Amino acid sequence: MGLYRDEGVVLRTQKLGEADRIITLLTRSHGRVRAVGKGVRRTRSKFGARLEPFTHVDLQIYEGRSLDVVQQAETVSSYGDRVVGDYGRYTSGTAMLETAERLTAEEKEPANQQFLLLVGGLRTLAGGEHPPGLVLDAFLLRSLAVAGYAASFYDCARCTRPGPHPFFHIAAGGSMCGSCRPSGSATPARETLDLLAALLSGDWLTADASDLRHRREGSGLVAAYLQWHLERGLRSLPMVERT
Amino acid sequence: MYEGVVQDLIDELGRLPGVGPKSAQRIAFHLLAADPGDVHRLAQVLTVVKEKVRFCKTCGNVAEDEECRICRDPRRDRSVICVVEESKDVVAIEKTREFRGRYHVLGGAISPIEGIGPDDLRVRELMTRLADGEVTELILATDPNLEGEATATYLARLVKPMDLRVTRLASGLPVGGDLEYADEVTLGRAFEGRRLLDV
Repeated sequence: MGLYRDEGVVLRTQKLGEADRIITLLTRSHGRVRAVGKGVRRTRSKFGARLEPFTHVDLQIYEGRSLDVVQQAETVSSYGDRVVGDYGRYTSGTAMLETAERLTAEEKEPANQQFLLLVGGLRTLAGGEHPPGLVLDAFLLRSLAVAGYAASFYDCARCTRPGPHPFFHIAAGGSMCGSCRPSGSATPARETLDLLAALLSGDWLTADASDLRHRREGSGLVAAYLQWHLERGLRSLPMVERT
Repeated sequence: MYEGVVQDLIDELGRLPGVGPKSAQRIAFHLLAADPGDVHRLAQVLTVVKEKVRFCKTCGNVAEDEECRICRDPRRDRSVICVVEESKDVVAIEKTREFRGRYHVLGGAISPIEGIGPDDLRVRELMTRLADGEVTELILATDPNLEGEATATYLARLVKPMDLRVTRLASGLPVGGDLEYADEVTLGRAFEGRRLLDV
C-alpha cells in the first residue's frame, strides 16, 4: 500500500455515505481505478468540480485495502461544461464513458490505448466540429478495435477476400463474401459500410458528408456489434439522442 | 450473533443507509437500554410516517395530505416554479427564506449511465403544470453537478417554445472559502456570473 500518481478521466461517480463519492476513473498507467473522493459532495470541498465525469485530471491516490482514496486532483482538461451544454453531446458522451468502463474489465490493468482514445474522443465531442452521434460511433468502433474486436467493413471477415461485399454478419466480425456468409446475414447499404469504415479509420470528410439514413443504419450495426462483444447492452446507449 | 429478536433488530438497523454492522449493534443496545416510552414513541413515529406520508399530487414533495403545505399556501407566488431534484432540496431552499414561489420535485436527475432518462422523472407532470399559462418563470435548481446541469439543459430546451423566463441558479465561489482552492470550473463560472458592484 502507498501513494501513486497518475492521470485519468472520470467515468462515473456514485454517492457514498454522507458526503463522499466513489469515483471510477480510467487512468493512463493503472487502467480502471475506483477511488473514494472524501467530502466531494460538500459545496466547500477542495475537489470542487475536478472529480466530475468528463474531467481529465492529474491525481495523487492513496492505495487502500478495498478502495483507493483520492488525495489530490488537478484539472488537465475539463470537457464537462462543453458536453453538458448540448443534450445530444451529453448522451453520446455518457455512452462513451460507459463503453470505456465496460471494455476495461480488470481494475489496475494498464489501458493506455483506451485512455488515449477516450481523451481524444471527448476532445472531439466537446469541440462540436462533428455530429455527436458520429463521434460516438467512431469511438465505439475504435475502442472495440483496441480491445481486439476490430470489425471488417471491406474485406471478408472470414476468408479476407477483398471487397466490397454485400453481406454483413455481426457474430462473424463484419463484411462477408457470398461464399462465406452465414445464414441471417444483413445486407446494409454500401454507403453505410463506407461510413463505418470511414469512422474506424478517422476519415471525417467522408463521415461528415454521409446521409442521415446511412448514419441511422450504421448506428444500429455499431450498437448490435458492441452488444455482441460486451454480452449485454449499455444502459446509456438507448438514451443517446441522434439527430 | 445474538439471540432471536435482538439479532433481528441489529439486522434491520444494518439495512439502513450509512449504518454498518457495528453501528447497528450500538444503536440496538442503546434502544435496549433506553426508556420504554422513548422506544415506543420511535416505533409509533416509524409506523405513522409510513402510513401517512405520501407525495404531493402537484409538486411531488413529501406531504401528509394530497397536497403539500407549500402548494396549499395561498400566499405563495403561483407564477414561479422552482425545479429541484429531491424533497431535501426544497427544505434547503426554504431555509434561505428567499424564494416565495412554488416547487416541482423531479425525483432525481437524468443519468443515462445509471439508466435514468427523462421518462423516469416527473417531467411530464411539470409540462402539465406549465400548460395552463399561469407560470411565467421557471427556476432550474437542479444540483450543480453534471447530471443536474444536463437535466437543466434538457428542461430548458423542452420549455423553450412556451415563452417562459427560464433561469438557472448561479454557481461560483462558496461564501467563506479561499479563492486559491477553487477549481477551474467553479472559478470560471464565478467569472462568467460576476456582478456589478454599485456602491
